[in-house]
Amino acid sequence: MERNSYGERRHARQMLDLWVGAFVFAGIVALIMLAFKVGNLSSFSLSDSNYVLYANFENIGSLKVRAPVRSAGVLVGRVGETHFDNKDYVARVTLSINKRYQFPKDTFASILTSGLLGEQYVGLDAGGDKEFLRPGETIKKTQSAIVLEKMIGQFLFNKAEGDKK
Amino acid sequence: MVKLAAEGFRGLGGWAVESIWSLGHASCFFWSILVHSGTSFKRFRLVVREVYIVGVYSLIIIVVSGLFVGFVLGLQGYNTLQKYASEQALGLLVALSLVRELGPVVTALLFAGRAGTAITAEIGLMKATEQLSAMEMMAVDPIARVVAPRFWAGVISMPLLAAIFSMVGVFGGYFVGVVLIGVDEGAFWSQMQAGVDVFDDVLNGAIKSVVFGITVTWIALFEGYDSVPTAEGVSLATTRTVVTSSLAILALDFVLTALTLGG
Repeated sequence: MERNSYGERRHARQMLDLWVGAFVFAGIVALIMLAFKVGNLSSFSLSDSNYVLYANFENIGSLKVRAPVRSAGVLVGRVGETHFDNKDYVARVTLSINKRYQFPKDTFASILTSGLLGEQYVGLDAGGDKEFLRPGETIKKTQSAIVLEKMIGQFLFNKAEGDKK
Repeated sequence: MVKLAAEGFRGLGGWAVESIWSLGHASCFFWSILVHSGTSFKRFRLVVREVYIVGVYSLIIIVVSGLFVGFVLGLQGYNTLQKYASEQALGLLVALSLVRELGPVVTALLFAGRAGTAITAEIGLMKATEQLSAMEMMAVDPIARVVAPRFWAGVISMPLLAAIFSMVGVFGGYFVGVVLIGVDEGAFWSQMQAGVDVFDDVLNGAIKSVVFGITVTWIALFEGYDSVPTAEGVSLATTRTVVTSSLAILALDFVLTALTLGG
């Protein structure tokens, strides 16, 4: 009973190697996923079923990559990337829009906040133009994010002005 | 009166000397593991076999626990965040709790219970049945042949298990938060990716899990090697492994967190 045949022993050894290999592989995959999917090491890739639009904003507030793009409250796409345009000194936002949705040329893009403390998203309000925005075009009419500090400052300023009168 | 005080001091002194002696003995043991590790790397198959026993056998408990911890984090986190209308931050909450704290700590506690006890019992029984002495008689160093491969297997397995735990937990949180409750999927991942830093969070979690792996395996091996070679002695050693390594994990976790957060 004690003496295993050579073949059996080799088989057991191969099974052991297989399991250890699978375990180490799973662990390394988990580490890589933690770094890329959970952590910020990943670069966002735009998937095939989307097309890209650009929008320039004076201020994007705290708009995050992959934030939703909504039109009439419906999710139509996601924010691809945001970077600073060093020529015009504006924020240039890449919007990745689902191919099913087309927007007129005079579409209005604004940065809105869901709820008081919620995250920010891009809202698209369709205009009345006959022509549609083609992939890669830039949305002309935009409204920046509302910065709470600026608003409060303005309010206080107006209040002071009002008191003087 | 004086006699009573002397008795008390003697007890205290005896305890202090005993624990310092034991600590020194454990440190010497740790050093001799490191010195005799050459064999483990020359004959890496020994380590592979122990990785199978220590790591692969622990996989099921780690995956299932990770999944349920993720589920619970998703539910609890959602209920709390909902009060502040910021349930989009659920992904961040789940990922940070898992990667920074729960992943390494819970994995280490489970690892101590699942693999640490097995190591202690095995080595304790080897000692009780005089297998270790028999090896020495044959000029085979038991530390190089038996102890060191188990040590390296524990050090290799622990970070991998912790990473698997965290990843499964994140998907558990994703399942409850996004699939069942209906948090926005993009916000779940984007807030997570924006908030979790690879070096500050993921790497520190990995460092923690390596430290816990070394600690748990070291304690388990030492308790087994140092056990009284009787049935009772082995059972006591196994209990001590769980108690000591759990306390060591939690204490070290505080120290490491304080160091990494710059407290």
